[in-house]
Amino acid sequence: MTATQKRIVINRIALALSTLSAVVALGFLFWILYVLFSNGINALNWNIFTMEGAPPGYEESGLKHALVGQLILVGLATLIGVPLGIMAGTYLSEYGKNSKLAHTIRDISDIMMSAPSIVIGAFVYAVVVMPMGHFSAWAGAIALGIIMIPIILRTTDDMLQLVPGTLREAAFALGAPKYKVIMDVVYRGAKAGILTGVLLGIARVGGETAPLLFTSFNDNFFTTDLNEAMPSLTVTIFNYAISPYEDWQQLGWAAAFILSMFILGLNILGRLILFYGKKRK
Amino acid sequence: MLDKIFHNMTRFSALLILFIVAWIFVVLFDHSTEAMQAFGFDFIVKDEWAPNVDKFGAYAAIFGSVVSTFLAMLIAIPVAIGVAIFLSEIAHDRIKGFFGVSVELLAAIPSVIYGMWGLFYFVPILRDLFGGMGIGLLAAAIVLSIMILPFMAAVTRDAMNTTPDILKESAYALGGTQWDVIKDIIIPYAKAGIIGSLILALGRAIGETMAVTFVMGNVHHTPASILDPTTSIPVTLANEFTEADSSIYFSSLFGLALTLLVMSFVVIAVAKFYFLRKVRKGQ
Repeated sequence: MTATQKRIVINRIALALSTLSAVVALGFLFWILYVLFSNGINALNWNIFTMEGAPPGYEESGLKHALVGQLILVGLATLIGVPLGIMAGTYLSEYGKNSKLAHTIRDISDIMMSAPSIVIGAFVYAVVVMPMGHFSAWAGAIALGIIMIPIILRTTDDMLQLVPGTLREAAFALGAPKYKVIMDVVYRGAKAGILTGVLLGIARVGGETAPLLFTSFNDNFFTTDLNEAMPSLTVTIFNYAISPYEDWQQLGWAAAFILSMFILGLNILGRLILFYGKKRK
Repeated sequence: MLDKIFHNMTRFSALLILFIVAWIFVVLFDHSTEAMQAFGFDFIVKDEWAPNVDKFGAYAAIFGSVVSTFLAMLIAIPVAIGVAIFLSEIAHDRIKGFFGVSVELLAAIPSVIYGMWGLFYFVPILRDLFGGMGIGLLAAAIVLSIMILPFMAAVTRDAMNTTPDILKESAYALGGTQWDVIKDIIIPYAKAGIIGSLILALGRAIGETMAVTFVMGNVHHTPASILDPTTSIPVTLANEFTEADSSIYFSSLFGLALTLLVMSFVVIAVAKFYFLRKVRKGQ
């Protein structure tokens, strides 16, 4: 075999191996998706949306308590995380720019973005749950909000920097004060990007389970009281899945399916907004 | 006037991040001092974790975290690099778009679902293959590797895509095969970025809770084989935080949380400051 032939053979083998690894990896991942869809759709029925949790063995049980709890927790977390994240991102892009402080904040928030979420749960347990004396929706929402801030901060910072400096200068030349320039020109220019960041941030915290385990805790009953333990889809999935009861496990699959649809939907929506936002320009 | 208020509000929010991070460290440190004083260095080198006699040694949990993450990386790295090569160099444009997006979407699936799949579908297979319970270090490592794979493949592909076309074209013009170009041009060019991305994935894997809690077993014992059930820091926290009934028990759990935070902080910081900074400068 000549050297060239040898290289061609090695080339074929290497490419075949990486194609194989892609096939195996995607095979596993689609297997998981298939399991999720088939179990989830089988377990879905109308009761899930209208009935509250019940002890195992009851025909009429649903996930209303967890669905509403999930929306409340994620909604509150959004109210905490989004304004703080957007304002902090605005500071980095419009005021801090290349200062040392701005770079430090960017680095720290990058690290925070990948920090273990269960540790945030332990922190919130110490500063919210312990002083209050009991688990609460507030504690869960605060934990999720803290996780959300760095995500929103980074996308806002990146997206605002994409707005051309000449636009700002034009507005300044008309005599607009800086806050007006930011609010009316910069934010408007980066609207699609910021919205995408917010959606991806919501999707990210929506799937978090670990920080809720000992902050909002979980129970099987419908509640809207923010000072009480509040059920969430994610913790319910965990509790139902590890229970020995078949009907609870089925509900767990239904919850997993609904949660995944919600998160995939937000991800796809975020991408579409960014895609069409870019296309129009 | 309004200008000043707006400026200060944004600055306050930005500084709040630094404040929260510092506060997290202080609170965890503060709450773990009781355990640190009671056990000292034994906390990280002894594996006796016995709440009934108030003895807490975190060695098994630390060992489980490190080994499960290491095994997961060992499985995931070659596959992720294979997937990244496939996505950036081999696949046809149309397939590339479809698979690229599905890999990114899979990275968004909540980890609790990977754990649930592992418990109901993967553990039984392991049980049939190797006997025993199926739950344990190996199951945790495999589920973890599958969970971090999409993220890893996506960031590795992004790093590979930074290679300028002109470099690749020059290599092809010299008669290089596709593999020659990948191995001699793309991988050396994107090396820092690839390593940084892999370490970033490692940082995520260490702190991952839900994917492994289902399949690890939460047994405080240094395992004799990779088929034995064991525990890791996040698994212990997830299982025991709401059960702790004495202040020394709580303090030990906070000690675990602090250990985990420091471990992942160091790993992520190395990835960011050492490897990924190089990439940014290189561009």
